[in-house]
Amino acid sequence: MTAQEIHDIIKAQFSDAVLEVKIEGARDPFIKILPEKIKDVAQFVRDHAQMKFDYLMCLSGVDYKGKLGVVYHLYSLTHGHKIVLKVEVSTDTPNVPSVESIWKSANWHEREAFDLFGIHFEGHSDLRRILLPDDWEGHPLRKDYEVPEFYNGMKVPY
Amino acid sequence: MGLLDQKFESSNVIVTSFDKLLNWARLSSLWQMQFGLACCAIEMMAASASNFDMMRFGVIPRATPRQCDVMIVSGTVTLKMASRIKRLYDQMSEPRYVISMGSCSNCGGPYWEHGYHVLKGVDRVIPVDVYVPGCPPRPEALIEGLIKLQEKIRNESLVKKKAV
Repeated sequence: MTAQEIHDIIKAQFSDAVLEVKIEGARDPFIKILPEKIKDVAQFVRDHAQMKFDYLMCLSGVDYKGKLGVVYHLYSLTHGHKIVLKVEVSTDTPNVPSVESIWKSANWHEREAFDLFGIHFEGHSDLRRILLPDDWEGHPLRKDYEVPEFYNGMKVPY
Repeated sequence: MGLLDQKFESSNVIVTSFDKLLNWARLSSLWQMQFGLACCAIEMMAASASNFDMMRFGVIPRATPRQCDVMIVSGTVTLKMASRIKRLYDQMSEPRYVISMGSCSNCGGPYWEHGYHVLKGVDRVIPVDVYVPGCPPRPEALIEGLIKLQEKIRNESLVKKKAV
């Protein structure tokens, strides 16, 4: 199934949730979704008989300066096609519904995005840091992050 | 004592200084803290395996700090790991030695500028006896570092140091 066909099916079901689509000239064609709708769309594309996106390859966080994004790389083991979903939220209120209940692998991916970008996934069963120590302050992959001078008495800069 | 074993007709006396005997015993049985942090650990394991066989120098990996003489810090020391390394070092009984293996452990390596999570040199938390450069160092380099450490131990003395 082509990206255009996938987009058409999603658009027909969620006409107001699809914000943007890029297929021509994109290495991975993507569909930008309204953040509040991402869980419904995810459930839909996983269960739809023609799409069957049963595999979440990767869930990434992005800092667009002023906005934070989450990117979902989906693959269908049944049909062998791919699509990318994107959402964007403001840095001040970075709340995105969790898709953990749809793809279990999202659990750790969302924890990582929370750890490094501070994106808050609503409905996540266990949202805490996964890589950094629990007492770490800030989210290091944000563009405005500043490396602390000391961590637990250890000098950090070279 | 393999060279001397069963070679004497009657019982004998060997004369040496206590320093030399003690140092010889210590440098010949450097038991190693069994842990690895990153890709350097792969080279360290290769140095322990049959081609390089670090055990011929008396290096035996032990899985508890209580039984160890030398800690080979092999790999990137993250800030999260640094406090654990400090604790493991504190748990080792004296005399204890540290070999810092590879660029990450020596000075932060490729993470020296943008590594917000990396300790820029393990010598910021524990004292280091021998630094082995390389990214990662080959097993020969690690063995060279081990021999350097043995040389250092060979020249130690129980005699109180005189004030200069």
